[in-house]
Amino acid sequence: MASVIGDEEPVSLSEAPVRSLNMIEAINDALDIMLERDPDVIVMGEDVGYFGGVFRATAHLQEKHGKTRVFDTPISECGIIGVAVGMGAYGLRPVPEIQFADYIYPGLDQLISEAARLRYRSAGEFIAPMTVRSPFGGGIFGGQTHSQSPEAIFTHVSGLKTVVPSTPHDAKGLLIAAIEDNDPVIFFEPKRIYNGPFDGYYDKPTKPWKDHPDAKVPEGYYSIPLGKARVVREGQALTVLAYGTMVHVAEAVCREKGVDAEILDLRTLVPLDIEAVEKSVEKTGRCLVIHEATRTSGFGAELAALVQERCFYHLEAPVERVTGFDTPYPHSLEWAYFPGPIRTGEAIDKLLGA
Amino acid sequence: MAREGERGRYNRPRLSLHVPEPQFRPGDTVDFSNIPVSEAGAQARPDEACQPIETTALCYDLVRVLGDDHRAHGPWDPRLAPDELRQMLRDMALVRAFDERMYRGQRQGKTSFYMKCTGEEATSVAAVHALASDDMVFPSYRQQGILIARGYPLIEMINQIYSNRGDKLKGRQLPIMYSSRAHSFFTISGNLATQVPQAVGWAMASAIRHDSRIAATWLGEGSTAEGDFHSGMTFAAVYNAPVIFNVVNNQWAISSFSGFAGSERTTFAARAIGYGIAGLRVDGNDPLAVYAAVRWAADRARSNNGPTLIEHFTYRAEGHSTSDDPSAYRSAREREEWPLGDPIMRLKQHLIAIGEWSDEQHREMDLALAEEVKAATKEAEKNGILGHGMHHPFHTMFEDVFEELPWHLEEQADQAIRERQIKWPQ
Repeated sequence: MASVIGDEEPVSLSEAPVRSLNMIEAINDALDIMLERDPDVIVMGEDVGYFGGVFRATAHLQEKHGKTRVFDTPISECGIIGVAVGMGAYGLRPVPEIQFADYIYPGLDQLISEAARLRYRSAGEFIAPMTVRSPFGGGIFGGQTHSQSPEAIFTHVSGLKTVVPSTPHDAKGLLIAAIEDNDPVIFFEPKRIYNGPFDGYYDKPTKPWKDHPDAKVPEGYYSIPLGKARVVREGQALTVLAYGTMVHVAEAVCREKGVDAEILDLRTLVPLDIEAVEKSVEKTGRCLVIHEATRTSGFGAELAALVQERCFYHLEAPVERVTGFDTPYPHSLEWAYFPGPIRTGEAIDKLLGA
Repeated sequence: MAREGERGRYNRPRLSLHVPEPQFRPGDTVDFSNIPVSEAGAQARPDEACQPIETTALCYDLVRVLGDDHRAHGPWDPRLAPDELRQMLRDMALVRAFDERMYRGQRQGKTSFYMKCTGEEATSVAAVHALASDDMVFPSYRQQGILIARGYPLIEMINQIYSNRGDKLKGRQLPIMYSSRAHSFFTISGNLATQVPQAVGWAMASAIRHDSRIAATWLGEGSTAEGDFHSGMTFAAVYNAPVIFNVVNNQWAISSFSGFAGSERTTFAARAIGYGIAGLRVDGNDPLAVYAAVRWAADRARSNNGPTLIEHFTYRAEGHSTSDDPSAYRSAREREEWPLGDPIMRLKQHLIAIGEWSDEQHREMDLALAEEVKAATKEAEKNGILGHGMHHPFHTMFEDVFEELPWHLEEQADQAIRERQIKWPQ
């Protein structure tokens, strides 16, 4: 196995020079490295070429790697994913960008019925080794078509892996692992934390990534295995299962309340690091599941079900869920929708009071 | 109570919705004299490197080579050697013999489902004869002719149809949804037109890699209504991808006639022009015309002159599949009245007309092919038929979802195996 940077394995790369990067720069770095290392890697999507992407994630990549490795596509998500399936069948390793997760729906048939099923239906003759990158989540006043978190649609599909990074360090290592993976991976990038960790206080100045310990990104190649959670902080009082932006919200709330919480950043939703979940919940006996996506049939429901199935006799309180509301993401009331410190704090109080 | 808006509109003409209706329904007598049948040999053949717009007239005409005299005519005559013509005839006849036997097998309960391509054999067999054997094909579900023409063993096809223990696809796919990477034949999807942008992506990859192989895809006229078709056409035009779109217009999408895909307004070939793609409309029951058109498109793609859409104008002589009864929605007379004849008969008569074949040879060939199919069927049946327990081991159900089995699938596999032990203890 290639060198790994994970919490469990601090590895020789700790000696690699480290730069402070925001999440966009870390993603750009990962793409750059993979374009360099593997001639099969192709980066494509709306506005990703000359312009470098609406969030700049592909900036300068076309200039460096050429127009047939990094290019713009027509505005057709069905076409982008469909073409990526064909490229994968040829033997390339496409990394399509869907400009916003909210735009991914026209490509669902190609993802769900095709990319996710090729290996199975052809008994391994054809595979879809693609990584679909897409910015997701709210908190940037994007309204209902630029704010959604549709991860549960994809975790529900057999044959897809779903990854959500929460730091620049992880974004780079996980993206490299996703690109190298021989299965189709949905790589959701929480765009609210592209430029800095967000603690949920929208009315306070945003902090940049610069001084955050997880913004220290080793130079060069490293990968973080899919399916491994990260312990953000250890604790005894309760377990918080989080991913993406909500890792930072949970961290801030627990710090403010002085709660000795153990926070798990799941990083990969499918395949899930069930061992890490079980280990933590068995220790603390209390579990909070938190995500920004809508509540009903959200991934939190799956987590809550798994925890009660597997850790029931260790539980001292019902599993709590903190989620977005079951409404479209409202533009003007975005912060009323967002599962911020109040909703999270109440759920923690309830768990600890039980 | 009339609202204000309605009062303001009362003087305008009333709108009406047009819902297409086919010409003939069950019991109707059939008269196809309204279908224009162009004279064989009368269509111009532009240079393969021409501008797409130069193919406009050909999108409304019908490229035909074989005339009523059974001779080849005009600039589209591909001038194939008699051996190649006989091979094409044999491949088409084998497809028909295979279809007959598999259809019967389904009726005998040996499998769940089958689809014939009777009357449409040329649109796959003659087309693939015009491609290189390593050109990648992205078929729909009625192109068994491609596999047969590329020499895929019949027994493998039958194993797949029976979903038995010999099925290379491990019994996971509906019958006839073949896959064979070794024959450059992409895994067939049951979802329609998804293969179209995939073929374009493969062709783009081939061009990115400066390869010499091209891609070809097939879809029915009905599924040109899918967004995937239009996405695929757009990408092909944008990147000048080396790809051929074969639209098999067999007039019927299950029970919906081609009018529900827009045929009342224009031809399917004419779709190409709006995208800036070359378009050809060919007599799909004329194997020489099909060959010539695909060869033209293949040469065009291979010389970096871009994609072509070919409408193969043909007729679905049988039902959509074993699951529908065509006599419930269309006139049984259509098949007999179809003005473009039968592709196997036409090629047979052509070969006889040029002194390269005889009725006697044809009869002998048909008998030999029926025997070949029968022998392959018997051999495949040794591996079992659907529902008789001779399937792949239970654990294979969980394999190939991912490259490696994650914990949740391992747990579910254990459950499935436990259930099996309870059901069949031994």
